Amino acid sequence: MTLAQRGRWITLVALALLGAVYVRALMFTPLERMQGAAQKIFYIHVPAAIWTEGAMILLGLAGILFLFLKDPRLDRFAEASAEVGTVFATIVLTTGPLWGKPIWGTWWTWDARLTSTLFLFFLYVGYLLMRGAVREPGLRARYAAVLGVCGMFLVPFIHLSVFLFPTLHPQPIILKPSAPSLPGTMLETWLFSLGVFTLLYVGLVTQRYAVSLLREARQTVGGDHA
Amino acid sequence: MVELLRQAWAVARKDLLLEFRTRTAIVSAAVFAALVLMVFNFGRDPTAVATIDLAPTILWVTFTFAAMLALNRAFQLELENQALEGLLVSPLNRTSLYWGKLIANLAFVAVVEAVGLPLFVLFFNVPVWHVLAPLVGVIALATLGFVAVGTLFSALVVRTRFAELLLVVILLPFLVPPLMGAVQLTARLFGGRPLSEVVGYLKLLAAYDIVFVSLASILFRFTVDE
Amino acid sequence: MLWAEGLRHAFGRVVALDDVSFSLTPGQTLAIFGPNGAGKTTLLKVLAGLIRPQGGTARVDGGRRAIGWIGHQSHLYGHLTVLENLLFWASLYGVPAARRRPRAGEVLARLAMTDRSDQPVWSLSRGLVQRAAIAKALMHDPGVLLLDEPFTGLDLAAAAEFRALLAELRGAGRVLVLATHNVDEGVELSTHVAFQRRGRFVHFAPRGGRGAAEIAEAYRRAMTDG
Repeated sequence: MTLAQRGRWITLVALALLGAVYVRALMFTPLERMQGAAQKIFYIHVPAAIWTEGAMILLGLAGILFLFLKDPRLDRFAEASAEVGTVFATIVLTTGPLWGKPIWGTWWTWDARLTSTLFLFFLYVGYLLMRGAVREPGLRARYAAVLGVCGMFLVPFIHLSVFLFPTLHPQPIILKPSAPSLPGTMLETWLFSLGVFTLLYVGLVTQRYAVSLLREARQTVGGDHA
Repeated sequence: MVELLRQAWAVARKDLLLEFRTRTAIVSAAVFAALVLMVFNFGRDPTAVATIDLAPTILWVTFTFAAMLALNRAFQLELENQALEGLLVSPLNRTSLYWGKLIANLAFVAVVEAVGLPLFVLFFNVPVWHVLAPLVGVIALATLGFVAVGTLFSALVVRTRFAELLLVVILLPFLVPPLMGAVQLTARLFGGRPLSEVVGYLKLLAAYDIVFVSLASILFRFTVDE
Repeated sequence: MLWAEGLRHAFGRVVALDDVSFSLTPGQTLAIFGPNGAGKTTLLKVLAGLIRPQGGTARVDGGRRAIGWIGHQSHLYGHLTVLENLLFWASLYGVPAARRRPRAGEVLARLAMTDRSDQPVWSLSRGLVQRAAIAKALMHDPGVLLLDEPFTGLDLAAAAEFRALLAELRGAGRVLVLATHNVDEGVELSTHVAFQRRGRFVHFAPRGGRGAAEIAEAYRRAMTDG
């Protein structure tokens, strides 16, 4: 099985499981008392948000390793992670307003958490634009690694700003220091969903990595003709 | 260490001398700052929003935008006659090169801010004299952080197409934490509140400076060496 | 003393250095001829310590401080005067502050440029700029001079003058390495001749009594074989 096929299978399994998450969330998980059905979106929103950040951190770690090891595989992974991170940021930014409209009464609010995802989104876009602007592969990988490492270090600062800025956003429910204040079934559904999103990340990154490999192979062939 | 600083100073001195000779960049940036302030003055409804509420934002948007214009200059002037290549084959330490550029950029931005601040006071009639010392402190703290990141990034984009535009796109997400902190602190100062109310933001700015000045000093060599 | 052993380097799939070995002792001048893209500049950059080769080692006695670089670009800042440029570069090469001005005076006198010392570089003719670039490279009295296509952009008269200057520089136990794509230039300066093709030295030998025409014929054959 090629890498692309493997990636496609993982992605398909993840998508099927995502369907299962929603069957479970809608049929077998209790309604949240205050927020009603709108709360169901949280099972997508929060795992996607976690992986938006996770992808940036992995990208930064790949950057550090690349600067020392100069292994092109790390650069391919970073690129893949950036694109998948952009997709996840988009999911967060669309599901957020969908939830916000019934609960907050407005589609978009300059709430710090949503805003911080928006900035992560722009960080990804800037990173990808930067890659597009440098043609020489070695230079591109080096520059991207530098920017990626900076991006990783920016994540905690975005977080700090979040805690300092006055916000409408619900405080973290799951990752707060005291015990999670979520009813058991909800937590189980959520954890299941987090697992599914992890799988989705792996599947998408694998596919994207395979695409990079194919593109490099094609360019080499093209280069020989030139 | 003494040698590192000596070389850094040689680079900074050379940059400032060059700037002093031509003056185009610094005059453009200062005029730009004045124009932005003017646009803000006409682009708001004075009967609806009190100046004092908007003042910190106006001040910081002006400063950061004018600074971004200035940052492009740092490595662009090294493209003339391939001077950058000359710097790289010389025994000049890479960290010294970065520090030299950082010092020159800070001096440059400081001049723009020194022109912008009195104009801001004049146009918007904000009383700053009684808080001048802490205000200058906040300006210095916030400026150091984003100029440190901006100097690193200007080395990244200098050889790419659309360098000016790309720098703005990749730098903006990094401006958020210092900008946010600076605006909040400035608002407290203008409101006559003690800074002790917002120690969190002061810590944020200080941490940002420490992390990104160190990080950029380490990463810089990867932007120039193969 | 300059020494290279088994140098290998590639940019992606493009081979720039392929098993290049040679050594030169004081007083020797190597002329490297090769078409554009043969890897001549890469070789000089490796010798200058600017590129770390993927294989093999290169060493210059005294390291970067002992190297003077003259390229087809002058590395001079147009808006600084000739003297200011010389003082700046001398400071990077660690010439003691008290020695810089006297040394600049000596070098400029030797190159018959004393009357130009306070002229900004942008106001000089191409030939004079190249002469100022030589002055810059001589400020720290380097034991090794690396010359990368130094004749590019010079008219015939300026090129002849430049050759005469190089002939003078060969004395005093200096090592010169001259890279050029034009076989007519620099042959008579050299004690050794190399032809570089796709990164490889296809020919490396003392010049002996061979004249320009003989070398040109040998070069033509070496480049068309296989």
